Amino acid sequence: MVNRVIVGAHYGLKDWLAQRVTAVVMLVYTVVFLSALPRAITHASWKALFAQEWMRLATFLFVASVLIHAWIGVRNIWMDYVKHTGLRLAAQIATILWLAGCAGWAMQILWRI
Amino acid sequence: MPDLAAKKQRPLWYNLSPLNLPVPGLVSIFHRISGLALFLGLVAFLYFLDLSLASESGFARAGEYLRHPLGKVALVAVLWSFLHHLCAGVRHLFLDIQVGVELKAARRSAVAVFAVSLALTAFIGARLW
Repeated sequence: MVNRVIVGAHYGLKDWLAQRVTAVVMLVYTVVFLSALPRAITHASWKALFAQEWMRLATFLFVASVLIHAWIGVRNIWMDYVKHTGLRLAAQIATILWLAGCAGWAMQILWRI
Repeated sequence: MPDLAAKKQRPLWYNLSPLNLPVPGLVSIFHRISGLALFLGLVAFLYFLDLSLASESGFARAGEYLRHPLGKVALVAVLWSFLHHLCAGVRHLFLDIQVGVELKAARRSAVAVFAVSLALTAFIGARLW
C-alpha cells in the first residue's frame, strides 16, 4: 500500500467541516432561542431576553457561525456561476466586507442594550 | 461495409427534456436558493432586530411593518427559506454519516424535507396571519 496525498492542500476539507460545525451551532442556537423566547413578546420582555449576558454571548456565537457559513456557501455560488476571474474576485471581496459589516452591526445592536 | 468514420462525424443531439430533476436534486437546488435568500435577507433581519430593541416606539413600528400584508408575505417567504435550508441541512448531516445514502432512502428523505418544511411553514404562517 502506498500512502500518498492525492489531492491538494485540504482547503476543501476545512470548509466542509466548518460548514457542518457552524450548521450545528446555528441549529442549537435556534432551539435555545425558541425555548428562551418569552410567552408574551413585548418590548420589555424582548429587550430583557437579549440583555442577559449568556444570551448575548450565544447570539454572538450564532452570528460568528452565520458569518463563516454564509461565506462558504455564497463563495461556492460565485465559484460555480461567475466565470470571469475579476468579477468573481470582486463578488467574493464584496461578500466578505458585507458579512463583516453585518456582524459588526449585530454586535453593536446587542451590546447597546 | 458502412463508412464508420463518416458516421462518427455526424452531429449528436441528445434530447434531455424528458429527464426530470429527481426530488433530491430539487432539494439540493432549493437548498442553494434558500441559502442565497437568507444571505440577502440578513440585512432585513438585522434591521428588525435593531428597530425592535432600540425603543418602545421602534418595537411597535417593527410590529406594524410585519403585520402589513407585504410584511407577512416576506415573513412567510423567509420562514420557508429558513425551514427548507434547516431540514435539507439536517438531511445532509445524516448523509455525511452514511445514514440514508441508498437511492430509495435518499428519495424518501428528500420528499420528507419538502413535506416537513412546507407543513411547518403552513402551520407557523397560519398562526402568524
